[in-house]
Amino acid sequence: MAKKTKIGIFKFTGCAGCQMEIFRMEDEFLDLIRLFDISYWKMAKRNNDEEDLDIALVEGGISTPWEIEEIKCIRKKTKFLVAFGDCAIGGCIPSIRNWIPQMKSEEVVYPNPSKICSTKLLGIGEYVKVDAELKGCPPHRDTIIELLKSALLKIRPRLRQHPVCVECKLNGNACLITSKKLPCMGPVTSGGCGAICPTLGRVCEGCFGPMSNPNAAALAGIFKDLGLNDEDIKRKFRKYSGMSPEFRLEAGH
Amino acid sequence: MTKKTIKVDYIARVEGQGAINIDVTKDGKVENLQFKIFEPPRFFESFLVGRKYDEAMELTSRICGICPVAHQITALRAVENAMGIVISDQTRDLRKIMAISAHIQSNVLSMYFLSLPDLMVYESIIAMVKDHRDIVKRALMLKKLGNDITQLIGGRSVHPVTMIVDGFTSIPSKNKFEDIRKRLVDSKKAAFETVDLFAHLKIPDFTRKCEHVAISNPKYYAINEGRFRSTKGLDVDEMNYRDIIFEKQKPYSTALHSYIKNRSSFMVGPLPRVNLNLKQMSDDAKDAAKNCDVKFPNYNPFVSHLARAIELVHDIDESIEIIDRLPLKEEQGGYMCKSGFGAAVTEAPRGSLYHSYTLDNNGVVKKADIVPPTAHNAYNIEKDMNKFVQTIIDEPVEDITLKCEMLVRAYDPCISCSVH
Repeated sequence: MAKKTKIGIFKFTGCAGCQMEIFRMEDEFLDLIRLFDISYWKMAKRNNDEEDLDIALVEGGISTPWEIEEIKCIRKKTKFLVAFGDCAIGGCIPSIRNWIPQMKSEEVVYPNPSKICSTKLLGIGEYVKVDAELKGCPPHRDTIIELLKSALLKIRPRLRQHPVCVECKLNGNACLITSKKLPCMGPVTSGGCGAICPTLGRVCEGCFGPMSNPNAAALAGIFKDLGLNDEDIKRKFRKYSGMSPEFRLEAGH
Repeated sequence: MTKKTIKVDYIARVEGQGAINIDVTKDGKVENLQFKIFEPPRFFESFLVGRKYDEAMELTSRICGICPVAHQITALRAVENAMGIVISDQTRDLRKIMAISAHIQSNVLSMYFLSLPDLMVYESIIAMVKDHRDIVKRALMLKKLGNDITQLIGGRSVHPVTMIVDGFTSIPSKNKFEDIRKRLVDSKKAAFETVDLFAHLKIPDFTRKCEHVAISNPKYYAINEGRFRSTKGLDVDEMNYRDIIFEKQKPYSTALHSYIKNRSSFMVGPLPRVNLNLKQMSDDAKDAAKNCDVKFPNYNPFVSHLARAIELVHDIDESIEIIDRLPLKEEQGGYMCKSGFGAAVTEAPRGSLYHSYTLDNNGVVKKADIVPPTAHNAYNIEKDMNKFVQTIIDEPVEDITLKCEMLVRAYDPCISCSVH
């Protein structure tokens, strides 16, 4: 039998929720470990090997000097590096702090900030070349499976670029913006979740990050017409992907 | 005896990034013992300021990927306490079953995936598949059950979406609950097998009688609501938590260390819960506890695994009980946005979790204060480890190292949470 594809799963500044989506693959778990050699996964294994990886799934953003070194080191040892989830892509929710002076944040939390060595929280793509992005907070496990299957078949994974709106239509949902006048981020947000929130009566909050080529300014205009003030609109865009080029202006850069 | 250094640079099979450092001197003295949490802080308490009250649940969910449900419920309850909102019985029940489902998922992960490999001498659950396929399959089945309940009510298992201030955005149909009810009934056998497994695995013989703390209520097994109580007589309302719990910073840890005012470290988690609230557990859970050779209250931190297994039996029983009484009707909530201070303590899977918020007239957060279970436990882990190392001091360094890691894993730390 050919050598198994070697995978490493790494955590940087984040919540481990993306790794939890891998643990969540209860139905596929036995196949996963049969088909792949998961050689590095600190949260699951005591004996770890991070040399010569075929795929690295990297969860979390970069916010300390040693994390910069570490991600560069992983890049060197890896053929295919995946930004696994919103934190690795652009810092996700904790990146909201990037608008606050670092010293101020440290003083809120620590009696003695001199021992804390944190920088702004950025995606791994700020420091190394990224081969694929798995969007979402967390990414849907179907997307993870799509990526891993493609790796086995040596084909390009089909990662979705369309907005959440497409998935709302597929689910037969009435549009929350037009029918209920609610400020939904769906029109600018990448699909892949299956439109979970609008289907369950909640507006999309944008947790899969910007879709391909979104018109954020137009949606901000619609929010204004719905009665949101400038601060409300800023909070909407400065949440999961405030650092992204697509949402930067609306997030208040 | 010779000088020994116990050093783990990055503890495996726990959530987040922590290390251990211990020096043992030639005359057997334990020095420089550090549970070094080097997880990078994310400063949630800083960036929550300026956000809206209804975002607290969504944002703090991202403190933790294993216990997002606990953070969501704690944030919601703290905000509701600040605004004086009283939730309906149905909302209370649905939140309880959400919390329980998250406990099932998290406790199964801790017992089977993170700690069982130590007790059965494997490096991971992946390595166990070859010899113990049935046990691994049982673990996957139980974990899936917990996750599927969270997903049914919350939309997805990690960072669910339907819980909001004063209610839910959507409620599942009776039919869907019937399917889950059937699976819960069928899983009872696997829960008993779990108790049996962990009751018979050999654990280190170690006891340290420290203060055990959990929320508690005489009427039910407290998870989302109760008074903050301890085995040494602590009994306070959640709103007054800050009168008794203080934190200090250690230079080697990005997680603050909690302690009880004028006292010392304390333990939170499944073992303190069972020690304090065994009476409120289901009959089958009580029987399961009684039929083990282990006596409760118990002060061996390694008995935490068994406590999780006993909770699993109770969790299944209480879930069924709640499903049977749920009316599942659409409810119209209604509340006024108000300024004020609100605090809440709940039981996350790995122990007591505190959130508090100060809100202005527009519902904008002015101050946030969050203390997760592993911040509560960090100081106590060090104190346990100090005494524990002295009992195994003559063993080879590799054995001491593994056993110290096992002690940490018995606490099932959630290090990302503790730092947040």
